[in-house]
Amino acid sequence: MMNCKQATELMSQELDRPLAWRERMALRLHNLMCRGCHQYRKQLAFLRMALRSRAGGD
Amino acid sequence: MPIDEQIHEFVGARRADLVRFAALQLRDPALAEDVVQETLIAAMQGAAEFGHRSSVKTWVYSILKRKVIDALRTRRQEVPVSQLGAAVEDDDGCEGLFDQRGFWATEHRPHRWADPEDSLEQQQFWQVFEACLDHLPERTSRVFMMRELLGLEVSEICQELAIVTSNCWVILHRARMGLRRCLDETWFAR
Ligand SMILES: [Zn+2]
Repeated sequence: MMNCKQATELMSQELDRPLAWRERMALRLHNLMCRGCHQYRKQLAFLRMALRSRAGGD
Repeated sequence: MPIDEQIHEFVGARRADLVRFAALQLRDPALAEDVVQETLIAAMQGAAEFGHRSSVKTWVYSILKRKVIDALRTRRQEVPVSQLGAAVEDDDGCEGLFDQRGFWATEHRPHRWADPEDSLEQQQFWQVFEACLDHLPERTSRVFMMRELLGLEVSEICQELAIVTSNCWVILHRARMGLRRCLDETWFAR
């Protein structure tokens, strides 16, 4: 199974490039079983939203 | 209200925000003031063509972003990015977060943040947020802000800074990891 360190790398990259199907599946599987990474993903989405709102987005 | 008055009103009310936005990225308060000044002039000159395609806020920020990119470019000719702050290989910003097998160390495992959206309305939150951005290594924050504040694509950033794509991803990952950790410890842990 993918570990958390690898999962956090992919969760960052999914904000910058489309993940391959295999990567998406591996990440989804990991996050189903890992509450820490599940929260991490939500928090990265929040960071992006916060920064975009700061940058004049409506 | 005529468009030039709307622009005046917006800039009057939000000037400090605009200057902080520029200063975060340029790390030079005087230059940030100049860039905002130029932005205001460009906005007034372009008022006629603005029409109502977007909100005044979105429009002024789009001009400001272009001006910040120009300023970064001009300055890069004076200070090569390769000389900025820590090199990529220095430290990965993850030390201590994971155990030997690469799983979250118990004390660092992320927990749910309470009502993060409410934080956005609080001025104090933004002070903490900006302090956390400032704590990132200069090169890391430069790349991160080009991506998240200026909205550039990774390919554009790589080209602009002459770094390879995979390096860009690593830098962005570290920035997010560092910013998340800082906010977690200084804001959401209260
Ligand atoms: Zn995990």
